[in-house]
Amino acid sequence: MTNAVDLEQLSCHFGDVKALDQLDLAVHQGEILGLLGHNGAGKSTAMKLILGILSASSGQVRVFGEDPRGPDSGRLRFQLGYLPENVSFYDNLSGREVLAYFARLKRVAPSEVDRLLTRVGLDHAARRRVRTYSKGMRQRLGLAQALLGEPRLLLLDEPTAGLDPMATRDVYNTIDELRSRGTAVIVSSHVLPGIEKHVDRVAILGRGRLLAEGTIEALRSDAELPLTIRLRQQASTEPPGPHFHSAILGITDEGDGNRVLTVQPEHKLTVLNELLKLPGIEDLSIEPPTLEHLYTHFDSELNEGETQYA
Amino acid sequence: MHESFVVAGKEFRDGLRNRWVLAITLVFALLAIALAWFGAAISGEVGFTRVATTIASLASLAVFLIPLIALMLAYDSIVGEDENGTLLLLMTYPLSRTGLLAGKFLGHAAILGLSTLLGFGVAGLVIVVFDSEATLAALAGPFGLFIGSAILLGWSFLAISYLISAIAHEKARAAGMALFVWFFFVLVYDLTLLGILVGTEGQVSKGLFQILLMINPTDIFRLINLTGFEQVAEASGMLAIATSDNHSIAGLMALLGLWVIVPLAAAAAAFRRRRT
Repeated sequence: MTNAVDLEQLSCHFGDVKALDQLDLAVHQGEILGLLGHNGAGKSTAMKLILGILSASSGQVRVFGEDPRGPDSGRLRFQLGYLPENVSFYDNLSGREVLAYFARLKRVAPSEVDRLLTRVGLDHAARRRVRTYSKGMRQRLGLAQALLGEPRLLLLDEPTAGLDPMATRDVYNTIDELRSRGTAVIVSSHVLPGIEKHVDRVAILGRGRLLAEGTIEALRSDAELPLTIRLRQQASTEPPGPHFHSAILGITDEGDGNRVLTVQPEHKLTVLNELLKLPGIEDLSIEPPTLEHLYTHFDSELNEGETQYA
Repeated sequence: MHESFVVAGKEFRDGLRNRWVLAITLVFALLAIALAWFGAAISGEVGFTRVATTIASLASLAVFLIPLIALMLAYDSIVGEDENGTLLLLMTYPLSRTGLLAGKFLGHAAILGLSTLLGFGVAGLVIVVFDSEATLAALAGPFGLFIGSAILLGWSFLAISYLISAIAHEKARAAGMALFVWFFFVLVYDLTLLGILVGTEGQVSKGLFQILLMINPTDIFRLINLTGFEQVAEASGMLAIATSDNHSIAGLMALLGLWVIVPLAAAAAAFRRRRT
């Protein structure tokens, strides 16, 4: 089976700016790929190249084995869905009219329009003008638009940016639903929490380059990033000393009995057991490494690699 | 093809909904009726004037109005969608850039064509009904030609406004460019020609002058409508120079048609190069 997306040595330059630099990436059919990175890391550019909106400076893009800018791209586009980062649609039309317009362009039956509006939870506002829509409602409309015609590949650019938790959950539910139908999805985000449970694999981009890719678990153990444990004890108690446990990499005291420990992840349970025996424990929480940690780790790894070559 | 008609349908419905069609139709109809009625006021009487005079005055006003309306209608058609974010989205649909442009032009051309036909058409009927001297047979020819050339003039400025919209990267800049184009073709160009003519004491060769008139669609429109009638030609000043029997109306109409096709093709080329 051909891959949904194949990127080979893909570069895209705007003048001196290297938006993408020799990116190699593949997305299998039915796979959910999280595209992570800061603003300006090249996530949107990668999506636009896959969609055939931009042309590559060098390298190759294949979508279901075909060139998205080739002569057959018109046919290919019936199988793609896209939710841009910022879209405001036509303010003077109602949500239903907007969706009906895009449905006609994609040759989707009109009956599909109402079904999709219900699915994204916009049925009650379908006849209101888009002008009156909130950011969340516009995003829902955008998602409905991307789902038109049951695409085999869906590209969602920051679908949860600026959404409330309810709407964010709905977006992720939709992604889970698509996974069960075998749709390949590329979803970009600049935050890791929230997205991690819903993606099969992540690719971390930084300054146009692929910093790392794999499952989040694999990346975490690759990076050997420490866990953070927050501990609150009664203020009168002594903090655990530096030799409390060998797996503890560092302890900082934030005052008022609040202590922050960094711990090797493989010894999480033994450290926790020991900590719970401490006197006067009031609260304890564990924070896994965030995207920021992963990002910093892989970015510095790449930089080290470069200095070695130089 | 299917996609272009979908886009055209949306543009046309937008035109109906935001009252463009209604507004343009009313303006044209009222203008035509008023000019027909008060056209003779200068000579001291109120009532319908000769058809030739009516068309001459109508043409001189339409030459200002129609380009302005066409430019306002479409100057943001591409750059506006770009700023909305919808252009990016449309480009991921099974729709080519040329197809999108063609669809938008079809929609806007229908809006402008229909309003011009309705507005001036209704005015023509009013004149026939209320003016005892005017007969449908006498009016149909010149008025039909006037409406036809007015529609072509509108379409040529529509095509120019697409070119502006495909080049501009901001809506505000597109508006400025549209205003400049209007100012140039409608006002500055003729004044400059007149200046050259006076400055050189009429030493400009007649052939060159003819060519200079042809590179302005508003002048072609004037030629079509003002030179058809002898009395009018005498009164139309500068154009009298260009008036000679070597202009066939069909040829002038074809030239105006070229003023639709060439800017539209340029707009399509500029749109293909545009980075979105």
